[in-house]
Amino acid sequence: MKCETKSRKLFLAINGTLLILLGVLCLVPIINAIAVSFSGAVAIGAGKVTLWPVDFQLDSYRYILSRSEFFDGLFVTLKRLVLGTVIQMVVTVFTAFPLSMEKRDFRFRTVYVWFFVFTMLFGGGLIPLYLQIRSLKLLDTIWALILPGAVSVYNIILMLNFFRGLPRELSEAFYVDGANYHHVLWQLYIPLSAPSFATILLFTMVGHWNSWFEGLIYMNHPRNYPLATYLYTIVQTFDYSNISQESAELLSRITTRSAKCAQIVVAMIPIVCVYPFLQRYFVKGIVLGSVKG
Amino acid sequence: MKNVSATASQQRTLRWHKFLRELPLHLYLLPAIILVITFCYVPMMGVVIAFQNFKVFKGWFAAPWVGLANFRYVIHLPNFSQVLYNTVFISFLKIVCSLVVPIVVALMFNEMQSTGLKRTLQTVMYLPYFMSWIILGGIIKDLLDTNGLINNVLASLGLQKVNLLTSNDSFRSVLVVTDIWKTFGYNTIIYLAALTGIDPSLYEATMIDGANRWQQTWHITLPGMRSVIVMMATLSLGNILNAGFEQVLVLYNDLVMESGDIIDTFVYRLGLEQGKYSVSTAVGLFKSAVSLVLISTAYYLANRFADYRIF
Repeated sequence: MKCETKSRKLFLAINGTLLILLGVLCLVPIINAIAVSFSGAVAIGAGKVTLWPVDFQLDSYRYILSRSEFFDGLFVTLKRLVLGTVIQMVVTVFTAFPLSMEKRDFRFRTVYVWFFVFTMLFGGGLIPLYLQIRSLKLLDTIWALILPGAVSVYNIILMLNFFRGLPRELSEAFYVDGANYHHVLWQLYIPLSAPSFATILLFTMVGHWNSWFEGLIYMNHPRNYPLATYLYTIVQTFDYSNISQESAELLSRITTRSAKCAQIVVAMIPIVCVYPFLQRYFVKGIVLGSVKG
Repeated sequence: MKNVSATASQQRTLRWHKFLRELPLHLYLLPAIILVITFCYVPMMGVVIAFQNFKVFKGWFAAPWVGLANFRYVIHLPNFSQVLYNTVFISFLKIVCSLVVPIVVALMFNEMQSTGLKRTLQTVMYLPYFMSWIILGGIIKDLLDTNGLINNVLASLGLQKVNLLTSNDSFRSVLVVTDIWKTFGYNTIIYLAALTGIDPSLYEATMIDGANRWQQTWHITLPGMRSVIVMMATLSLGNILNAGFEQVLVLYNDLVMESGDIIDTFVYRLGLEQGKYSVSTAVGLFKSAVSLVLISTAYYLANRFADYRIF
């Protein structure tokens, strides 16, 4: 069927090479950061480090072990990750379930849907939310990091669309057998929507791991910073006013660079670990969410 | 007569039963409703401070009303028009690039035959999407450091070193390129999904008619992706005032305020760093109001022309 001409082969070769180059380009910055984190100060200063550590050292990782802020941050992050994910998943499932029903089964469905969707369209903005959290006395508590984001309308819509895709006959059979809503939700909807559930679960976990801005504004004491917020403070401390005397400070700055990179690499590890699972499900999830609509 | 009133009362009991039956459904929604009221609707009411001279220790009720004074104050700030321009310009560039790059990459993947290599490359390309701007920002800063990889390569080619993050000429390009780095792999998925939906018999039919690959791409593949492209384009218009808050906050510095300061960072500095709550809320309200109009229009157009529905 396919006629492989010479020009076609050439095209395929160029096409493949370009894509491989693009893929390599995506990875180079990350690999470079890993290499810098393991490299010696002199080699970094001499610009010898590209994609492989030069003068291999582990001192930058020992440096992390000596920073108590890093572990404080890790603890806050783990706490918000567990609490936040559980709360958000429960809220998502509980909200998506009634909203997935037909209007004749749940008369107020449309009203509620608009009630939630409107929050996607309009918001009070940064300051009113900050003032609200402040007046609820949630500043410097873990709840400031969990509750404002607990209702993710986007995730609810993903879940709701999946629930709607389940065959109606199944739930009707359950109701005929005298099951109540609770049975239908736990014994039918949740087991059948495992892939969708897993996608949202993983996205929520990654979101909590990555989120840093809330920590920056709602936490007054740096000891309450989640890990990502602590990383923000170390990534930001480059003093640009000293840029002219740079060479004088070269030595101290080089060590800062590999120390920064080491902390970034450590923060990257969990993402890379869940990534294979994430990837397996999210393709399904995003196609569900956006193409089907 | 008697019959009619009987039906009326019957209807009332029927409605009552229906309400009782639906009661658990309302209860399921209760946690989300409480959270949304507390953290979305109450702050929405909170925008009234944009029309007040609000001081934290006195509260809403004691704050004097000042009408549109805060808005007038903002418009007369010397850098506000620059901030607005930066926001629209940066996000426009991002919108165009994040349409073109994923479409081209998806078309290239479509021509690729080895599925194993395809999957590996895709895995690599999605990866940055799942990293936060803190991690990516740290990596980018190291990469662009005066002794970083980019400058080492330039130096070894005998070229002059550059500091892309501290120059107003290059900062916006850095924002756009790094944004593409983070998102293009992920956005490609949507177009690849659209490609798998194209009927293969169309290709066979054109092949019999003697069309070559370019003609096939132009007459079948691209039209097959059209509705998804239109959908993504219109939906992204709603984001024209979102130029990427977290990214800019991580990457910008005093030297590139002129080219890199956007509405969100402006609001953040004004409100939380300088404590001008009312003025900052006024700017935020301006942004939310314009966004509301844009997003509604975008959804309407996406619904009209691409048959898109959010739920």
